[in-house]
Amino acid sequence: MTDRAAVEAFSPSALELDRRLHRRRASRRSVLIALVSTLAFAGVGGWLVVTSPGWDGVRQMFFNLEIAADSFPKILEGLWLNIRVLFFATIAVAVVATLLAVMRSLRGPVWFPLRAIATGYTDLFRGLPVLIVLYLVGFGVPALNPETRIPIAVLGTVGISLCYSAYVAEVLRAGMEAVHPSQRIAARSLGLSHAKTLRMVVIPQALRKVVPALMNDFVSMQKDVGLISVLGAVDAVRAAQIVTAQTYNFTPYVVAGLLFVAMSFPMIRLTDTVSARMARREQQGGTV
Amino acid sequence: MSASVLELHGVHKLFGDNHVLRGVDLTVASHEVVVVIGASGSGKSTLMRTINLIERVDDGRILLSGDDITAPDVDVDKVRARIGVVFQHFNLFPHMRVIDNVTLAARKVHGIEASVAREKAVGLLSTFGLAEKVDDYPDRLSGGQQQRVAIVRAIMTDPELLLLDEITSALDPMLVGEVLDLVRDLKAQGSTMLMATHEMSFARSVADRIVFMHGGRPLEVGPPEQIFEDPQHPETREFLARLTHR
Repeated sequence: MTDRAAVEAFSPSALELDRRLHRRRASRRSVLIALVSTLAFAGVGGWLVVTSPGWDGVRQMFFNLEIAADSFPKILEGLWLNIRVLFFATIAVAVVATLLAVMRSLRGPVWFPLRAIATGYTDLFRGLPVLIVLYLVGFGVPALNPETRIPIAVLGTVGISLCYSAYVAEVLRAGMEAVHPSQRIAARSLGLSHAKTLRMVVIPQALRKVVPALMNDFVSMQKDVGLISVLGAVDAVRAAQIVTAQTYNFTPYVVAGLLFVAMSFPMIRLTDTVSARMARREQQGGTV
Repeated sequence: MSASVLELHGVHKLFGDNHVLRGVDLTVASHEVVVVIGASGSGKSTLMRTINLIERVDDGRILLSGDDITAPDVDVDKVRARIGVVFQHFNLFPHMRVIDNVTLAARKVHGIEASVAREKAVGLLSTFGLAEKVDDYPDRLSGGQQQRVAIVRAIMTDPELLLLDEITSALDPMLVGEVLDLVRDLKAQGSTMLMATHEMSFARSVADRIVFMHGGRPLEVGPPEQIFEDPQHPETREFLARLTHR
């Protein structure tokens, strides 16, 4: 119809303009209050820390600007290794976790062994501390064949992927189970096989439901790649450790920590935005 | 102070480019039952949602018993506590028993003591033939029973206005009757209601006034006899003809 023309013709009345002005004023006021309250909080918190009796020593040991500037390039170089490990681990986790989730969803007695393997795997690796998995993979696997040398970073990537695949598989499976059974029935009634039903109907809807949970796991993995330092890979944490050993100063750890936070920050904000958008869609009555 | 429970003055609502409500003027007097009819997409549901402040109006004013509820600093929770809403899909809380669904707002919003709320709720549920369902969970109830519980939940706190948004559209035809009978009882008790529906015969029998929505405006408003027997606008005639001779 003539919707577009009508929109152009629609001009708000004085009443509505007044209301908008009032809302703008109210939102300005809340921003101002938030700002004042934040400054007050930060001021009091900062004052408590700075006036504590040991502050001078702490500042020397943890917030030494000179050492921070010195160690920064080395730690940044180490972080590049973390980023590469993260990249490959993400791909591995996506593939393995999907396989595991599908294996667990298989019906029928023939598939029992696959189902059992998938269940056993997720049970085992969700229970094992990441650090122990890293030790076992990092030192155990090379010992199987002492002649060949596998780069430590690769072993670290494998260890991280093993653990996170188990978590992500469970998230995906929960998502698949949250898709209403009527969707499955509708797909099967069209003649789609179990596999096609999963691929075309269930998994796309399941993914949409678990996007926030998956993003959360990703953020968590982003920092856990720092654990590969225990194998001796020179990543950001290890680089910081090296500088600390040379200078007897903990500032490099603070620098590495801040870099990890900076790395995860965009993803955290993106997760919030996506979650908020999905919540809005649900409120409008759309199917998420 | 006017005797109107609800007054809409030039209400507009836009969703992006889609101009859904294009200046709606409407009043509902105390104890009056006004039924909104119209094709899908004519703005019936949006109208309901703006009155309950689920959608913010883009222009115009809505008065509830004389109070401007579209004023920017209005407390939406307080306004909603004065309006009862029944939805197409019942929207009962599946994790609560019938009695807890019905008494939730009385206890948590209106601060009525649990025992008092329970007594009143059991009374209302019994009146509407739901005495045996008091301690059941919603999934043990038929659609018609669920919708009746939802209506009891809405009237439990004696709202000034009851909004019923296509409350029979998701029901089996066999179950529509029991819900509509309940609405008739409410009318007999003097409830003020604004309802959107596709049940034309019901609209005709229960409404004091019919509002025919077309293109985001109430195109024709009048008593049911006039709207159904002598519609003034060709659009109204066409809409009614389509519904009656399918």
